[in-house]
Amino acid sequence: MGRQTLNMVLFYVFLIIFVLASIFPLLWVFKMSIVTKSELFATPPTILPQTPTSAEYAQIFGDSAFQRALINSTIIASVTTVICLFFGSIAAYAIARLRFRFKGTVMTLILAISFFPAVAIIAPLFVQFSQTGLINTYWSVIITDTVFALPLTIWLLVAFFRELPRDLEDAAKVDGATTIQAFRKVIVPLAAPGVFTTAILTFIYAWNEFLFANTFLFDQSTQPVTVVIPNFATVYTVDYGAQAAAAVVVTVPLVIMVLIFQRRIVSGLTAGAVKG
Amino acid sequence: MTTASREKKGRSWFKEEFRDPERRTAYYMVLPSLVIILAIAFYPILYGIVLSLTDSTVSSFGSFVGVENYVEMFQDPDFREGLSNTLIFTVVSVALEFLLGLGIALAINRAFRGRGLVRAAILVPWAFPTVISAVMWRLMFQNQVGIIQYVANAVGLISEPILSDRTLLLIAAILVDVWKTTPFMALLLLAGLQTIPGDVYEAARVDGANVMQRFFQITLPLLKGAILVAVLFRTLDSYRVYDLFWAMGQRELTSLSTFVYEGVRISQLQFGPGNAAAIFIFVTSFLIALFFIQVLGMRTSTEE
Repeated sequence: MGRQTLNMVLFYVFLIIFVLASIFPLLWVFKMSIVTKSELFATPPTILPQTPTSAEYAQIFGDSAFQRALINSTIIASVTTVICLFFGSIAAYAIARLRFRFKGTVMTLILAISFFPAVAIIAPLFVQFSQTGLINTYWSVIITDTVFALPLTIWLLVAFFRELPRDLEDAAKVDGATTIQAFRKVIVPLAAPGVFTTAILTFIYAWNEFLFANTFLFDQSTQPVTVVIPNFATVYTVDYGAQAAAAVVVTVPLVIMVLIFQRRIVSGLTAGAVKG
Repeated sequence: MTTASREKKGRSWFKEEFRDPERRTAYYMVLPSLVIILAIAFYPILYGIVLSLTDSTVSSFGSFVGVENYVEMFQDPDFREGLSNTLIFTVVSVALEFLLGLGIALAINRAFRGRGLVRAAILVPWAFPTVISAVMWRLMFQNQVGIIQYVANAVGLISEPILSDRTLLLIAAILVDVWKTTPFMALLLLAGLQTIPGDVYEAARVDGANVMQRFFQITLPLLKGAILVAVLFRTLDSYRVYDLFWAMGQRELTSLSTFVYEGVRISQLQFGPGNAAAIFIFVTSFLIALFFIQVLGMRTSTEE
């Protein structure tokens, strides 16, 4: 009994260390964002904020470049998610449900993208986007994000669609529905939870994307937060509080999403890996 | 078989596929995604190979120069530094993430109170944009206000500023990567562990196998698939490291990918070698994947 209790205690000590290590940077940077400038530079550093202030938040929210970046990130991530779900769900339905000859080849091609180093194509795409006038527009990033998010979208949706009972579509087809109607009226509503999970993961991917945005976007009218915030280190050179506040603002929505949808996200993330 | 009959056969399956309304619909449904992927990923890589063999610039298409860009790339000290940084970063961070991730997965592979909290904690670092985690850690490594710098100085570990020393920067980058992706590695391995049926262990215990024997003779072999998938994905991810180095090092820390980026966006003179490095990354990534699949025997099931 004693040994078992000791094991239990050790186990929970380990868990607490693990959880703290995971969230410590967020907590610490949050603390940095709410203290006064003099406290920020104090030696030794304070553990808990002595005189909390929202001055840094007022400053970054008053910064038009930061506002613009938040709007740009939202536009890029939302449009990418919608496009991925549209093309991804129809392709995934065909792969999960219909019979056709080159299914294996199609799946291999799609999977190959997840091994594909995006950096290998930034130069040719840069040249092509310059020639077609897409450079420095939302579309340059939305198009490239879509390509690299599509495999994830399709992979997840195929897994979700396969779990749905087949009889319902067959019944719809007996009643005279076409394949497309069966998909739209029967599968889509039933698959809503899976589609929603896929949407969250695609959105997080597009919100976090950096390489394409940093390559194709030149000025703050279209740059997302991932590009603008690292540059704060040059704009607000010694204003570490403002950098900290900006980092917190960008991650808090993600942390809230993760807390609410953790179960779904985990099932989505591991769906592919376990099978492989 | 004669050409004519082969052609006839070829046409007949084509007809067969496209007469069937269900199959025709299936092709229409996958076509848009395929076109997007082929046009935006596969076509540019071919174009990139062509670019790497010419003296093109961003704005003008040049003439054929053979492997000159590749020669120039290998002679460039920045490229060599990027290559060695990338290799060190990949090997060290993936190894640490794997060992720590496996340990965590084994520890939490049981029912306990607070599972939800642990799962949420796992996902927090994963959900952060890499550049933002780099910004956060940079603030903690910072010379004047950074807690890590303060602690490291206080205990006498180091005396110099972390962010202005390239070796310390690389170590810091590895640390951030381990923080950010170990939980994810643990999650994938945990999912693999949960597919191992409990009665296998029960049988082994009855046969008198001890903890170590059970681990090496049951857990590891049965987990091999999940391990290979997780390690391959992490290896390829680390190998193309860009965001982390760029934001952590403020352009001080070179990787293969930052070298490519310099050539495309910063320095016109480096466009040729930058393109060559892009193709180098593409080919070597492919070889890494091939190594995992062929040599280590990773299964790539694309079918049900």
